[in-house]
Amino acid sequence: MKHSNRIDGRRQRVKTILYTTLMFITAALLMVPFYFMFLSSLKPGTEMLRNGLSLTFDPGVSSFKNYEALNTYREGIYWSWYKSSLIIMVLQTAVGLVLSSMVGYGLAMYRFKGRNAVFTLVLILMMVPFEILLLPLYRMLIKAHLTDTYFGVILPYLVPPFMIFFFRQYVLGLPKELLEAARIDGCSDYGVFFRIMVPNMIPAYGAMTILSCMNSWNNLLWPLIVLNSNEKFTIPIGMGTTITPYGNAFDVLMPGAVMAVVPIIIVYLFAQKTFIAGLTSGSVKG
Amino acid sequence: MDESAKTGRPLAKRNLLLNPKVVPYVFIAPFLIFFLVIYLYPFISTILMSFQRIDGPNSVEWIGTANYQKMFNRNFKQALATTFRYAFWDVVVLTIVPLIFAVILNSSNVKFPSFFKSLYFVPALTSTIVVGIVFRLAFGTLPTAPANRLLALFGQPAKDWLMFPDSGNFVLILLTLWRWMGVNIIYYISGLQAIPTDLYEAAKIDGANSVQQFLHISLPGIKPVLIYVITITVLGGFAMFTESVALWAQNNPGGVGRTIVGYMYLMGFYKNNMGMASAVGLVLLGLVLAVNLIQLIAMGFFRKED
Repeated sequence: MKHSNRIDGRRQRVKTILYTTLMFITAALLMVPFYFMFLSSLKPGTEMLRNGLSLTFDPGVSSFKNYEALNTYREGIYWSWYKSSLIIMVLQTAVGLVLSSMVGYGLAMYRFKGRNAVFTLVLILMMVPFEILLLPLYRMLIKAHLTDTYFGVILPYLVPPFMIFFFRQYVLGLPKELLEAARIDGCSDYGVFFRIMVPNMIPAYGAMTILSCMNSWNNLLWPLIVLNSNEKFTIPIGMGTTITPYGNAFDVLMPGAVMAVVPIIIVYLFAQKTFIAGLTSGSVKG
Repeated sequence: MDESAKTGRPLAKRNLLLNPKVVPYVFIAPFLIFFLVIYLYPFISTILMSFQRIDGPNSVEWIGTANYQKMFNRNFKQALATTFRYAFWDVVVLTIVPLIFAVILNSSNVKFPSFFKSLYFVPALTSTIVVGIVFRLAFGTLPTAPANRLLALFGQPAKDWLMFPDSGNFVLILLTLWRWMGVNIIYYISGLQAIPTDLYEAAKIDGANSVQQFLHISLPGIKPVLIYVITITVLGGFAMFTESVALWAQNNPGGVGRTIVGYMYLMGFYKNNMGMASAVGLVLLGLVLAVNLIQLIAMGFFRKED
């Protein structure tokens, strides 16, 4: 009995080493594109055109000069793209969080006529490829004179169904007595929502903030349709314009790519704990 | 006890918005308005447009089902094939690989599980277009491109990865796996953590090995999460566009890598054929709903739990 326990323990240790190594190797592989990106951002564009990507660091040709080029390339248009992306990300996330948390809360906390119908509708919309509605939406924007505006870009993301769904699931895990107790204290239902429920939903907000920022920062198709003046382009659209059949502006492309990744990773590092906890524990209160 | 008696305000003077019958509808009002303007109206208008020829805002002609009849040309079939190939592998790879990682990370056999969880998620934060540039170069035509160097290590000749449907699809799946693996891992782990640990204890006492435990406890336990992941992946697979733009240009002449959404975009915005683009979009909607319906039935989503 004792003997087999010792073998079990040893087997366990081998397993731990094996699995942890596997996880490390995977992590290293996942970081390779970042490594490529950073190394290439230090090299002159001509070097990139001649040799493409390489894993070797060459101190002879590498410098941070390209990052200065971001300021001068087409009169610093890169930073205009950056600003657009940031404005759209902040607006879209703020409005989306407020509105969809209200709706999700309403669906979870109250019983009312049509509640199941509305929730079913939310579920169905989560399965509809939004891309098919872009053409008629674009025609609508033209009629409303909203093309080439930031509001036009965020319009289809004001109350995202997947966020409603997530907030609903989260609020289902909150005690309903919170509502009853606050009502007795003379608080209106809206007061209850903003003063008592919102603080209780912070993990859900954390998770949805990151997902929304990701979606917005990465969004290509709809902003590409809506925006047409160069300085209002978002980073993905702008970066796309530096890739042409006549050659790619690598001097801008690579440092631009690095700078584009930085802010979202900073947001992630700050909200990371809340985020993972929020995503993982839809039912556990934070 | 009546609330108005406490606050001293007469009921009649109170705002309609505070009426308990009205309150829930105020909360869901944003969604209802949003649904009407952003989904329903465009949906109806895209159905109508699919039966029209539109040569400008004031030149609309009803042409019956002509758009649908003309749709199945060579380019559309190519886009359909590209999309199906991608969606199939997307669902297979992005359902299974993250599940394996989630099970390993959730077992007690890994050191620093939360470090890995956080790290695996980082690629999801990047913009597909931006990272796509790196993938494009990594699988570039130059013999010095990293992927070709890797081939050379094994004595294989250099390959023009993005010129062929199969190898192009491989790079697409790799890009998607790289970006999205961490997200699905977190979804799966959330499901796995909800399973009571005493189920595993009991199984161990009964002598079940880890594979049996996985098949009989973990898998049924995470079924709701699994259904969610598959449903989202089917949608993402069929509606893929950005990844394809990232690896190929928006309007690549050969059409390798062009998806249904890409074809729709081409029709609607480059060829200015809004009617045809709408018809293509509706076919896509039908496909996604049909595949997801089959999947949901197969997974027993509509069956009552016993």
